[in-house]
Amino acid sequence: MNHEWPLFEVFVRAKRGLNHVHVGSLRAADHTMALHHARDLYTRRNEGVSIWVVRSDDVVSSGPDDKEPFFAPSGDKAYRHPTYYAIPDSVPHI
Amino acid sequence: MLDFEDTIARDQRIEPRDPMPEAYRKTMIRQIAQHAHSEIIGMQPEGEWITRAPTLRRKAILLAKVQDEAGHGLYLYSAAETLGADRGDLTTRLIEGRQKYSSIFNYPTLTFADVGVIGWLVDGAAICNQVPLCRSSYGPYGRAMIRICKEESFHQRQGYELLMTMMRGTDVQREMVQDAVNRWWWPSLMMFGPPDGDSPNTAQSMAWKIKRHTNDELRQRFVDMSVPQAVSLGVTLPDPALRWNEERGHHDFGTPDWDELKRVISGDGPMNAARITRRRQAHEDGAWVRAAAAAHARKKAS
Amino acid sequence: MSFDDAYGALTDHDDDTRWAYGTGFADPLAGVPAAIPPGVDRAALAEYCLMLGDDALIMSHRLQQWVTLAPELEDEVAIANIALDLLGQARLLLTRAAEASADVAPAPAAASSAAAPAPVAASSAAGDAPVAASSAAGDASTGARGEDALAFGRGPAEFRNVQLVERADADFAHLVARLLAFATWRLAVLDRLRDTADPILAAVATKAVKELTYHREYAAHWVVRLGDGTDESHSRMQSAIDALWPLLAELDHEPSPLAPTTWRPEFNAILSQVLTAATVAEPAAAPAESSAAAPAESSAAAPAESSAADASLSTEAPDAVSAVDDAAEMSLPGATLPPTHRGGGGGGARAANFEISPLAESGRDGVHTPALAEILDEMQGLARSVPGGVW
Ligand SMILES: [Fe+2]
Ligand SMILES: [Fe+2]
Repeated sequence: MNHEWPLFEVFVRAKRGLNHVHVGSLRAADHTMALHHARDLYTRRNEGVSIWVVRSDDVVSSGPDDKEPFFAPSGDKAYRHPTYYAIPDSVPHI
Repeated sequence: MLDFEDTIARDQRIEPRDPMPEAYRKTMIRQIAQHAHSEIIGMQPEGEWITRAPTLRRKAILLAKVQDEAGHGLYLYSAAETLGADRGDLTTRLIEGRQKYSSIFNYPTLTFADVGVIGWLVDGAAICNQVPLCRSSYGPYGRAMIRICKEESFHQRQGYELLMTMMRGTDVQREMVQDAVNRWWWPSLMMFGPPDGDSPNTAQSMAWKIKRHTNDELRQRFVDMSVPQAVSLGVTLPDPALRWNEERGHHDFGTPDWDELKRVISGDGPMNAARITRRRQAHEDGAWVRAAAAAHARKKAS
Repeated sequence: MSFDDAYGALTDHDDDTRWAYGTGFADPLAGVPAAIPPGVDRAALAEYCLMLGDDALIMSHRLQQWVTLAPELEDEVAIANIALDLLGQARLLLTRAAEASADVAPAPAAASSAAAPAPVAASSAAGDAPVAASSAAGDASTGARGEDALAFGRGPAEFRNVQLVERADADFAHLVARLLAFATWRLAVLDRLRDTADPILAAVATKAVKELTYHREYAAHWVVRLGDGTDESHSRMQSAIDALWPLLAELDHEPSPLAPTTWRPEFNAILSQVLTAATVAEPAAAPAESSAAAPAESSAAAPAESSAADASLSTEAPDAVSAVDDAAEMSLPGATLPPTHRGGGGGGARAANFEISPLAESGRDGVHTPALAEILDEMQGLARSVPGGVW
């Protein structure tokens, strides 16, 4: 059974002067809930951080060249969402 | 598929939309999902002690720790979903017993010393297992592991600190600690999986750089790390065969009861049924809540 | 193959002031003068800190019972966050209560009326030195002794929390209904305590206002979702509100002279607004006050802190509950006013004003439902069962 709630991608600006950086995804019923959850999960409610949430199926990706694909994710399927993680600068680089 | 093998050979990361062999994708989903399930089920043994913690400081630490585990589960489900898995489906597999989680969480937590020993040994073993996974060939998994390892180190330290404090307490408390060590030592060694000769998937996982060390290598590392910690704590590890081997430069140690591991993995551990029942109950009791939120979102959108 | 330098990070512990996310052991009151100002009645301060601390401690306990049972994993994290915030408030307030007056601490010989194999005061005294040594990161030894003696050494009759926080939740709707009422009430009260005479209580209130704003928002959104969602969730939400309503009258029975008295219009306004958005009917009985009764001067002052948490988010959700937040900001009259110190007769007059008869018996006077004894059995059992134990 698929999840009742859609997937959202989360972007966090850890502090002023930095870009929003993709940190992961979560499940939420709507954008308001997604923002709440993102604050809890990815920032532990640090003051001063800024968060964007985007429905995963609204993300359009260039994707790599899918030559001879054994597995070619289809861009039109929400659950195969294109995601490029990066660790925000607030996480010490390790 | 040349690209895939080339990327692996150059020690580069595979990212979500890269072409990859179906077997690699399936293996990654299974491994990440099992790991995610372990974090979520792993909330239960210690979670039982939050409301009973003997000081408010310990209560806060334990609550924060158990909350961290929920976060770990979410990071990992998120990584699994980049491979096309669906979290709802993975949860169904867990509660129907079609996907596994770490066998360690099928043992009961009998006293508050278990909280300390879980932090020290279980989180310690998890760190040994997981630090190499930070370099897993699958990018999202490796990045999730970096966040997780950072938090696991807090977990291990709080556990060890609790044990040190209890060892300075009363005789009753020292007995509680030793008893907990006796019960958790062998299951902790089993967390590294069956011996290498019995681990058919290891070779493929190493070739794909999903795994970086064999089970036995990691187990040895864990034993070597834990022995001096046990000494400074003042507890005895329950293994008469445990001794330093000068020649190897490692500790020799006894053989875990692999039949017990098989029994626990196949569902016969002391707490298997209870763990799954509770997870299923939360999921089923929450169904009307999740449905309501989805219905409300649809109404607002229309 | 070498291990990752993640190992380096594991041994690099200088950067953290906590053992795990969410538990700050850096002193949240750093820089706040701890001395109790001359004009402050120490006994009254101790008593009021105890009441506010007990509210937070018991509400946190009920939230802790939801851990591993939340309807979704993201809510696991949210509920644990709220429980941690309240536990943190409880620790600071109980510590302050113990500092302000030794009279609030349980007497060593008569630790409690509950089953207690050993007086807990004795165990915490014995544990004093090691606890202090192991918690150099922040807990003053007096603080740990004070908070734990109060949390683990008292019986039900000595707890001063309102009965609202004791009740077990039949389902998630009951939880969010109770949390909405609790957070709305506590936010309104603590907002008015930010400039109270005692600097520690004022500092705790200032910190808590930010946390409670978040708690209220979380609960309000869920009440609206459940009320508006499906037929089943609507009827569950309605039952939860019906069950909540009788518990609200007690909130007007506030015996402490330090307690603000002007919170009720704000509270009623917000509850009405959330329930309207949730399409849930207000039960006919008390509280009778509607949003229309909010004092006229209230629209002037909206404290910045109340909305700081929202402002840190980059988007505004244009839904019903955002309107609740707006309304809340418009009706926070206490922000620039000194806290009201009310005399002995104030309670009756105010109660009449809001058409609620003051309860003859209240948690504030140590009168509790059987649920509190159950909570304390669970919470205190281990601490009481190991004489001389150090943790
Ligand atoms: Fe974990
Ligand atoms: Fe952990």
